[in-house]
Amino acid sequence: MKLKREWIGYGLTVPAFVWLCITVVLPLMMMFYFSFMSRMPIGNAAATFSLKQYASFFQRDFYRFLTWRSIMLGVHVTFFCVLIGYPAALVLARAVKGRWRDAILLLVVLPFWSNALIRIFAWTMVLRTDGLMDQALHFLLPGAPSIGVLYSYPAVVIGLVHSFVPYMILTCYVSLQAIDDSLIEAGQSLGGSGLTVFRRIILPLSLPGLLVGVVLIFIPVVGSFMEPRILGGREGIMLGTVIEDQFTEVFNWPLGAALSFILLGVVAIIFAAAYPLLKNRLKVA
Amino acid sequence: MLKIRNFSYGYLICLLAFIYVPIFVMMAMGFNESSDYELPFRFSLIWYQQLAGNDVLWRAGSNSVVLAVASTMVATVIGTMAALAMARHRMRGHAILQILLFPPMAVPWLILATSMLIFFYYSGIGRGLHAMLLAHVALSLPYVIIVVGARLQSFGADLEDASATLGANPWQTFSRVTLPVIAPGVAAAGLFAFGISFDQFVTSYFLAPPGVTTLPVEIYASIRKGFTPEINAISTIIIVGSMLLLAIVSKFYQFGGSK
Repeated sequence: MKLKREWIGYGLTVPAFVWLCITVVLPLMMMFYFSFMSRMPIGNAAATFSLKQYASFFQRDFYRFLTWRSIMLGVHVTFFCVLIGYPAALVLARAVKGRWRDAILLLVVLPFWSNALIRIFAWTMVLRTDGLMDQALHFLLPGAPSIGVLYSYPAVVIGLVHSFVPYMILTCYVSLQAIDDSLIEAGQSLGGSGLTVFRRIILPLSLPGLLVGVVLIFIPVVGSFMEPRILGGREGIMLGTVIEDQFTEVFNWPLGAALSFILLGVVAIIFAAAYPLLKNRLKVA
Repeated sequence: MLKIRNFSYGYLICLLAFIYVPIFVMMAMGFNESSDYELPFRFSLIWYQQLAGNDVLWRAGSNSVVLAVASTMVATVIGTMAALAMARHRMRGHAILQILLFPPMAVPWLILATSMLIFFYYSGIGRGLHAMLLAHVALSLPYVIIVVGARLQSFGADLEDASATLGANPWQTFSRVTLPVIAPGVAAAGLFAFGISFDQFVTSYFLAPPGVTTLPVEIYASIRKGFTPEINAISTIIIVGSMLLLAIVSKFYQFGGSK
């Protein structure tokens, strides 16, 4: 009976296990292998082992510049998501009560159920020259110059913040809402000002949620390509769009594979470097 | 105190405006006659009429729906099985599966998608709807396992033990005790899986062979070719459709279940 139970346990996990091997483990391994190929193995042309793809990253400033750009995009978008999302979560968890809170939370989450692509496309309507932003400005100030920012770096940041800010609001809300009221009251009754209570009690206790939000946003933004393409145009060239090109336009899969692993490596290094800092901050909480 | 409250509500209203104004503008422009989104606004259904005759988009739409339904069913069944095993059968090997659940969430989808393209291409799996199904299920699995697992954790194994003590075989215990209790979790997980598949652009984009597309892939292609209000029209239909679906589903299920 005991043995049979164990076999049922194994049997139940086999499909998920096999599925993830075929779609995640084997592909990533093969991609790693590909990143060491001298060229695309098509037809009779044999590809040999080579570090050429990785070398091109170090030889050509262009790729390093793009990697830096992608990371900075991740930093900027994450920063604005914190700036906009954390206060919203704080207000929702601490100042708004009852049905209003439920309704606003629902409204914040609802756009998640509409397509990400469509939301990015929607911004082109607002940001383009003669779009909503221009129309509004000209209504207030006739004759003002156009402030259409479509096809620029700020447009990419705006679109990505719009896409990802609900993550930040939700993760912060969950940890803010879990803070025991009596802790805050204790802080106040011991004479802590509003700012002190926030800095010494609320912020440390909500930090885990904040950090989860940062991770959830930073990773996809660094690897984004559709958003920079649509909103950034020429100004939207990122490491992600160059990787996309290697697979859809240039057909240099080995280079695309190498750039992908460099991107993964950079993200891993950033989180590894931040880990001691994060760990200490979490311990304080 | 009143000031703080007013400020709070003001801030939230600004936030909601930031979230919704672009979406509403986009929807409105689908009803504007001008093909270059020119104002003044003149109401017209011309873009919806054009859309009705756009066979490519309709085929892409039906592909999306079929794919999302299939992916939801597979991911929910496989994921629930795995969640059940991980919650109720302590054994070695779970740690490995748990680690495997990370990459679909922690690796940028661009990299997962391109690696699948390489592997599927050279292993003979190839590209197409079946390849997209493989990808969509993989991306949904972690969410299904987490959501169903949380539900399983919340009620413990006592009921199942009682059922087994009373002589039910494992299947009877599952179908009459476990499943009814975790049903809200499974439904929520299914909804997640449907959303992930139906909105899935990145993996579909790389795994679509010429001539086979889904709605997001087709919309991306049209945006890159140049904007037409037809894209606004189809986007509006998708948004309204997803909202309606969500409203209907949430009417029938209490999400998160009764605690």
